[in-house]
Amino acid sequence: MPDAKQGTKQETMHVNLKVKRYDPADSGGKTWWQEYEVDIHPDSTVLDALIEVREQNDGTLAMRCACRASICGSCGMKVNGSAKLVCKTRAIDVSPNGEQMTIEPMGNQHVVKDLVVSLDTFFAQIKRVEPFLQPDHVPAQGEYIASNASMENLLTSMNCIMCGCCVSDCTVLEVDSNFIGPAALAKAWRFTEDPRDGKRDERLKMLNDEDGGMWDCTRCMKCVDVCPKGVAPMDRIMELREAAIQAGNTNTPGYHHTESFYNSVKKNGRLDETRLAIDSAGWTNLPRLLDLAPIGIAAMRKGKLPPLFPHKAEDHKKVKDLYESVEGESK
Amino acid sequence: MYEHDVLIIGGGLAGLRAAVEVTRAGADVAVISKVHPVRSHSNAAQGGINAPLTDRGDDWEGHAYDTIKGSDFLADQDAVEVMSSEAGEAVLELERMGVIFSRGEDGKLGTRAFGGQKVARTFFVGAITGSAILHVLFEQSLKLGLNVYEEWFVTKLIIEDGVCRGVVAIDLKSGEMHTIRAKAVIMAAGGAGRVFEPSTNALICTGDGLSLAYRAGVPLMDMEMIQYHPTTLARTGILMSEAARGEGAYLLNASGERFMEKTAPDYMELASRDVVSRAEQTEIDEGRGIDGNVLLDLRHLGRSFIEAKLGYLQEVSVEFLGIDMAEQPVPVQPGMHYIMGGIKTDVNGATNVPGLYAAGECANVSVHGANRLGANSLLDTVVFGRRSGVHAVEYIKGVGAHSKTEGDLASEKARLQALLDRPKGERVATVRGDMARGMTKGIGVFRDQASMEGALENLNNVKSRMGGFSIENKGKVFNTDLMFGLELEFMVDCADAVVAGALTRKESRGAHFRTDITERDDKNWLKHTLMYQDDEADNGVRVETSDVKITQWEPVKRVY
Repeated sequence: MPDAKQGTKQETMHVNLKVKRYDPADSGGKTWWQEYEVDIHPDSTVLDALIEVREQNDGTLAMRCACRASICGSCGMKVNGSAKLVCKTRAIDVSPNGEQMTIEPMGNQHVVKDLVVSLDTFFAQIKRVEPFLQPDHVPAQGEYIASNASMENLLTSMNCIMCGCCVSDCTVLEVDSNFIGPAALAKAWRFTEDPRDGKRDERLKMLNDEDGGMWDCTRCMKCVDVCPKGVAPMDRIMELREAAIQAGNTNTPGYHHTESFYNSVKKNGRLDETRLAIDSAGWTNLPRLLDLAPIGIAAMRKGKLPPLFPHKAEDHKKVKDLYESVEGESK
Repeated sequence: MYEHDVLIIGGGLAGLRAAVEVTRAGADVAVISKVHPVRSHSNAAQGGINAPLTDRGDDWEGHAYDTIKGSDFLADQDAVEVMSSEAGEAVLELERMGVIFSRGEDGKLGTRAFGGQKVARTFFVGAITGSAILHVLFEQSLKLGLNVYEEWFVTKLIIEDGVCRGVVAIDLKSGEMHTIRAKAVIMAAGGAGRVFEPSTNALICTGDGLSLAYRAGVPLMDMEMIQYHPTTLARTGILMSEAARGEGAYLLNASGERFMEKTAPDYMELASRDVVSRAEQTEIDEGRGIDGNVLLDLRHLGRSFIEAKLGYLQEVSVEFLGIDMAEQPVPVQPGMHYIMGGIKTDVNGATNVPGLYAAGECANVSVHGANRLGANSLLDTVVFGRRSGVHAVEYIKGVGAHSKTEGDLASEKARLQALLDRPKGERVATVRGDMARGMTKGIGVFRDQASMEGALENLNNVKSRMGGFSIENKGKVFNTDLMFGLELEFMVDCADAVVAGALTRKESRGAHFRTDITERDDKNWLKHTLMYQDDEADNGVRVETSDVKITQWEPVKRVY
């Protein structure tokens, strides 16, 4: 019956791959690019192409894959510079006209060999959010009572298969390895939103206060873009922020930043960047303000320091109207 | 030096559930797995987990009987009684750990219908039930600080004076080999789907656990019982959950007829899997299919329902075939999915080798007999995973110090080195492909003497080439090439047992449907087949049989 699998289309597609290789054993580590060409069925995935390479061309190529059905999370890697689950990425979509595709290991994680990255970074981030249900009470028998809507809501995060694509392409992790990261924060959200969990306030406070916590996300949207399972980690992070503020966590640079941004645009119709920096740091936070001083001086020398008393935007009244109409709606 | 009271091979549902139990009992436990636990194939279970919740009026005997009927009366009824009566608590416990099961209006767990059962008793999380449970058990493993040997590949069980004393394993990241000593070992290493091609199974399902036990002298039972799932996606072979039909989807032939009317007028699309797969294959073979497929039609369920309850299926259908299930039926065909057979255990997971337990798909308790009901596999993993843990802890109380043996490590190092040192020969993938396609051809949805002998001939040809394949990668770090060679050796052991079992059973029962002997024969074959690895026997397999345990349900003709 294998023949029946072929369906109607029998033609093949020529795929040209350029794979970033890494061999740690070769005198302290050697990186190089290697090109491969394979013929596969036109409906095939990038993973199919890589398996063809591994099985028929080059048994030394190391990569992870298991389910081939986008549920095990093994095969995250960069395709043309962006993290993808290659089992659900069709080759024809990446190179519709037979263009060469580049395959690299995921970013922000240590490479073990070729396309295999260490899982340690990813799971160390996950462990930071105490990723298990911490209920106040356990029913003596039967189950917790919860609405179906509250459970379906959590599906967003439970769809996460821990493939690491969001961590790979996170622009914050690129410069700050202490950031808890998008996947772990989405995981944390799964507990703060779970009506059965009894540690919501503690969790929010921890994620709010912690260095590298929820306020370190710069909202670049990369994780939303690359997540193959629709978890949209950044959206979850924004919901965490809102929940943290509502729970009374307002004495943080993150909250001050948000508040200053909001007030400045409301008042002037534009952003007062100087004030934003000072507000975020906190007017009484001398060490942090001193940190900012050299940046301010350097900016002044280059004539790039924003005005200390910014002009109002011409149509700032319209902006204010917008605020009022939106706030009116949400009341 | 690595030592544990209990070592669990495999980090899927059975393995993690066993690990939770052993940890609770206060014993020192570790899990060893060739993949990170959340990569395990338990992920792939979509539709749900069965449980008769007696606290709301369902009776466990009803579930037990449906299971036994589904098994075509080959399941051991004492084992099924254990599974069915413990099912409710097993599922409720998963909920209390944090699984986000779907709910009813009252906020209690809700159910969906599944095949082979008239009562809707399948608990579920969308169409990602396996993944949702696996991730919660992984959460629990983090909570408990479970020790996991991630990406370590077991090459041999250490058996000393007939007792299991640990394993020899290779740490894939470093390439170093180690002995891990244990007072008890629980095999929870999953199924052997890749013995067949195509298969819905992950590429990691290579029968490692079955073969390791088989080599240690444990019989593999009823290995001829291979489940072909009725709905695998055309061309890709990706699983499309039974939940689709549970929620009301139709199966149509090329003329748009619901052909299940002919074979299962009462249960229709929700007859047991072997029955539906045969009906589909008959449509396809008799020219009423479409390019080797039939159609799975969900259009009448509506887009919002499909997206809420069967979201993963819609995702797969759109991503892989470009078909929107709300607009168009999806082409599907039967595909190899599950192996009912496995390591023979008692209801406590114990094998005939003291210190060696088994649970989950690699084990055969037997609760699935000749055909497993959908959503009973997850149940099997948690019920018998837990029981194996309980009994392994009891067992180790009678075990003294760890073994001191060193011989197995040296001999395994030599064996692997010899494999690496082979001169250039055939590629592993070539040999594996020939084996797996031959197995599907000969041991398919339908089989007969000639097809099974064809499978044997093909397998013997493959075995004659096993000394001639070579490993291209000579490096140490993450040498999957070497692992694929070792996995192929495991798969060939499983294939041996499958073919031997199939050729032995002279009747049609459940998934073992012979077109040359179409009737079930309770007089001669209400029996298990037991395959032992034995160099002296024909084709290296000695086959024995044992009686099926009947408690309260006398076999009757199976009608759906």
